Amino acid sequence: MLDLTPKEITERKALRINPCKTCQPAGALYCALGVHKCMPHSHGSQGCVSYHRSVLSRHFKEPAIATTSSFSEGACVFGGGSNVKTAVKNIFDIYDPDIIACHTTCLSETIGDDLNTYIQQMDIPEGKLVVHCNTPSYVGSHINGFFNMMAGFIEYLAEKSETCNGKIGIFPGFVNPGDMREMKKIAGLLKADYIMFPDTSGVMDAPITGRYDMYPKGGTKISEIRELGAVRKVVALGEITEQEPCMVLKRKTGVDSDILPLPIGIANTDEYVMALARLTHAEVPYVLEEERGQIVDIMLDASAHLFGKKAAIYGDPDTVLGIASLVLEMGMIPKYMLTGTPIESFNKKAAALLEKYGVADQCTVKANGDLFELHQWIKNETVDVLIGTTYGKQIAKAEDIPLVRAGFPVLDRHAHALQPIVGYKGALRLVEMILNAILDKQDRVCADEDLEIVL
Amino acid sequence: MWYALMQKSLCYLNLAGKGVVIMTADILEERKKSIISSDFCCHGDGKGISCEKVSVSGSVSQRACVYCGARVVLNPITDAFHIIHGPIGCSSYTWDIRGSLTSGSDLFRNSFSTDLKERDIIFGGTKILETAIDEVVAKHDAKLIFVYATCIVGVIGDDIEAVCRAAEAKYNILVVPVKAPGFSGTKSQGYKLACDAIMKVIMPAFDGSKIPGSINILGDYNLSGEMWIMQGYFQRLGIKVNATITGDASLETLQTASKSVLNIVQCAGSSTYLAKRMEQEWGIPYIKVSFFGIEDTSNSLLRVAAALGDEAVMKKAETMTKIESSKLQDFLTKYKPKLAGKKAAIYVGGGFKAISLIRQFNELGIETVVVGTQTGQKEEYDIIRELSSPGTIIMDDANPSELETFMKEKKADILVGGVKERPLAYKLGVAFCDHNHERKHALSGYDGVKNFVEEINLSINSPVWELLA
Repeated sequence: MLDLTPKEITERKALRINPCKTCQPAGALYCALGVHKCMPHSHGSQGCVSYHRSVLSRHFKEPAIATTSSFSEGACVFGGGSNVKTAVKNIFDIYDPDIIACHTTCLSETIGDDLNTYIQQMDIPEGKLVVHCNTPSYVGSHINGFFNMMAGFIEYLAEKSETCNGKIGIFPGFVNPGDMREMKKIAGLLKADYIMFPDTSGVMDAPITGRYDMYPKGGTKISEIRELGAVRKVVALGEITEQEPCMVLKRKTGVDSDILPLPIGIANTDEYVMALARLTHAEVPYVLEEERGQIVDIMLDASAHLFGKKAAIYGDPDTVLGIASLVLEMGMIPKYMLTGTPIESFNKKAAALLEKYGVADQCTVKANGDLFELHQWIKNETVDVLIGTTYGKQIAKAEDIPLVRAGFPVLDRHAHALQPIVGYKGALRLVEMILNAILDKQDRVCADEDLEIVL
Repeated sequence: MWYALMQKSLCYLNLAGKGVVIMTADILEERKKSIISSDFCCHGDGKGISCEKVSVSGSVSQRACVYCGARVVLNPITDAFHIIHGPIGCSSYTWDIRGSLTSGSDLFRNSFSTDLKERDIIFGGTKILETAIDEVVAKHDAKLIFVYATCIVGVIGDDIEAVCRAAEAKYNILVVPVKAPGFSGTKSQGYKLACDAIMKVIMPAFDGSKIPGSINILGDYNLSGEMWIMQGYFQRLGIKVNATITGDASLETLQTASKSVLNIVQCAGSSTYLAKRMEQEWGIPYIKVSFFGIEDTSNSLLRVAAALGDEAVMKKAETMTKIESSKLQDFLTKYKPKLAGKKAAIYVGGGFKAISLIRQFNELGIETVVVGTQTGQKEEYDIIRELSSPGTIIMDDANPSELETFMKEKKADILVGGVKERPLAYKLGVAFCDHNHERKHALSGYDGVKNFVEEINLSINSPVWELLA
C-alpha cells in the first residue's frame, strides 16, 4: 500500500498530494443544513454540488439536499445572474423552503458574480428569504466555508436589539450532530436558555420514519437567528472557526462572544462548563460532576497502557487542537499535529499547547500540510496510533498503525456522527476508542505467551 | 435567456383518452418532457422522452460535471499520475472513491493537485502546474501524467496544452492534457474528453501489427474485480484480451490496444465514442455488450465469439454459456420465491445499464415500475420503453423529489442506484442496491448474478425493516 511514498522528505512548492482538507462550499453547505427549512444553494457548476452532497452523504449516511445554478458556458461569459434567479424561482416553487442560502464557488467568484445585487433584483415570494455568502474554493478550506456561511446568515438576519432576551447564543463549530446534542445537554444542565446556531442535530442524524422529510425537524429557526442580536452573550466553540462569525455579530448587533476551544478533553470541557455557569449563575449539577469524575477515573486506569504512547492527529484545525489536548491529559504525546487548512494561528495555538505540557521539542506541527507529508514523517519516526479522518487509513494499512476515526470526513464507518467526542461523555468515548485501538493491535501482534486475559 | 412559466404543474396522464388521472406530481414545467409513462407520453405529443439536455437550474439534479465525467473514466489507470489543476475541492472529492481494483500499481489511489490559491487565480496558475509536474517527475519514476483542467482553469485561461507539450519535450514521457472545466457541458462531454486522452496514450505505440483473435474491453472499470471476471471468461474461451480500458489498466497494457481485432464496449455511455475513434483510426470494429444478468452475459459471450468468426471459439462459447446458466438455475429457483411480486425502481447513470437491469429483474420475476438515468440517450430510452411493462414511469435526469413521488406512487420495494440515492431510499423505507462505484461485490458476469440476487434479497428481506413501526 502506498509504495510511492519515499522516506526522504523533500520540499514541495507546487504539488499537493493526498490533501487533508476540502474546499469552502462543502462547509457552507453543511452550515446551511443546520438552519430549519433551509435549502442550501450552490452558485456554480453542477459538479460542485454533486460532490459536496456526496461527501456529506457518505459521512453522515443521510441524504444531503442542495440545489445548483447549473452553470453552463454561457453563464461563464454573461454571468450567472439568470441561472440563480431561475433557480430561486424553481426552488421556492417545488421545494418550498423558508429560506435559500446561496454560496458561491470558485467559478462564480472568478467571473465576478455579484450575488448581493442578484438577490436584491430577485422576485422573492412574501415571507421567504434568500441569503448568501462568498466562499471561493481557492481560499482556505471547508472550515472557512462553514464560518463564512455563518457570517452570511448573521449579516442578513441578526437584528440589533435595545432589549436583551436573556438567552445565550452557542456556536458549536464544525462538529457532528452527536457533538451538538452533547453541547446542548450540558447547556441545559446548567440551566441556560440557549440558541444554538447552526444546529444540524435533528437534521443530519434524523431517525427513520418510513417517510422522507426534505426538511427534518431540526435546525436553528430563522427567528432564532434574528434573536442572536438580542442575546446576552455568545459562547463560541472553536477558536479558529469562530473568529469571523463572532466579529460579524459584534459589528452588526454589538453582542459579545466568549471564544473557547472545542470542548474536547477535560480541560476544554471544564472551560465550556464554567463559561456557561458564569453566565447562568447555575451550580454545576451533580450529574455533570459525576460524568467528569467517571472519565477522569477511566483515564487514570487507562493511563497505564497509554502513557508515553505517540499519536498522529490530523484533520480540521479546532478538532486536532481539541484531540491533542485530551491526548496530552493522558500523558500521551501528540507527536504529529497536522491540518490541511492553511491558517497560521493553528501553528501558534498548537505550539502553546505543547509548551504547556513541555513536549514541544518532541512534536511536529503543521498547518497547510497534507497526508503524503504525514506518511513521510511517520516513515521516519512512527507512532502508536493515528487519530483523524478516513483518508488516513491508507497510511494505517501501509505502516500497520491502528486508526481511530474522529473528525470530518469519516466515510467508512457508521454511527459515528450520532455520538459525541465533545464533553465528558465524548472524552469517555474517545478514550475507549484509543485504548481499544492500541490494545487490539497489541493482542493481534503479540506472541502467544504474551496474550493477556486481564488488561 | 428566457424564463419558462414557473408554476406548480399537475401532470395528468390520459389513459387511452379516457381522461383518467393516474397520478399527480409537483413537477417543474421544464421537467415535464423528461418524464413519461411507458405507454403514454406526459404531454401527449408522442414525441418520446426529452433527454440529453442540460439540467434545469434549481432542480436537485443527481448529475455531476464535465470534469467528473473525465475523471471517473481515467481514474482507474493504475500507474499514471493524475494531476488536477485547480483548487483543492475537485481533487479531494475524487480521492480514491472509485472502487476500481488494481493487480499492480496503486499509484492512482493517491491524489495529486496544484491546490490553486487566490494568488494563482489572479496571476495565473501555469507556473505552479509546471513546478508540480517537475516535482512529480523529479521524485518519482513518472511515465504517464494526466493533467485535468477544472472550472477555474477554464476561466482564467491557463494553457495546459502548452505546459503539457513542453513537459513532454523536456522529459520524453507522455503528459496528456484533459481540458475538462466543469461548466463546459454535461458529464457526457467529460467522457469524450477522457476517450480523446486515452487515444493520445495509445497512438504513439501504433505499429500496424495485429494479434489475431484478440480484443480490448472498453468501458469497464474493474469495480470489485468485475474486469477480472470478464477476463477469466475470455481466457476460458481462448480469446486474448490486450487492453482493458480502463479497469486495471497500465501504460503498458493500454498501448497494446491498437493490436486488437475487436473492441467490446461494456459501459456504452462512456466508451462508445472511444470505440468509434478506434474504428476510424485503425479499422477496429466494435460491439456493445452487457455482462449484467444471465441473459445478457450469455448473449454477449456468444456475440463476441461470433464477431471474431472463430468456429472453435464459438463452440466453446455455446458450451460455456449453457453450463454456466444451468449452474445458476438451482440458485435462482431458491431465491425466486423470496422475491416474487416485488417491484423495482432503477436510477443509474447510463441507459445501457438500465436496460440490462430491467432484463435482469425480469429473469427474477421482479417488475420494474420506475426507471431513470442521468445521461441516457434517445435510442436507449426507446429500448427501455419497449422492455417495460405498461405504466412504468421513465425519467431522464430526475431529482430526489421526482424519484420519491414516483417510487411511492408505484410502490417500489427496492431502488437500484448510486451514493446519493441510498439515503433517500432508506428514508422512504425502500430497500437499496448500489450499482454504482460504491458497490462492494462484483455484479457482472455469472458470478455477479449470485451477488446481485443475494444483495437485493438481503436488502428487501432484512429483518431490520420489521422494526419500522
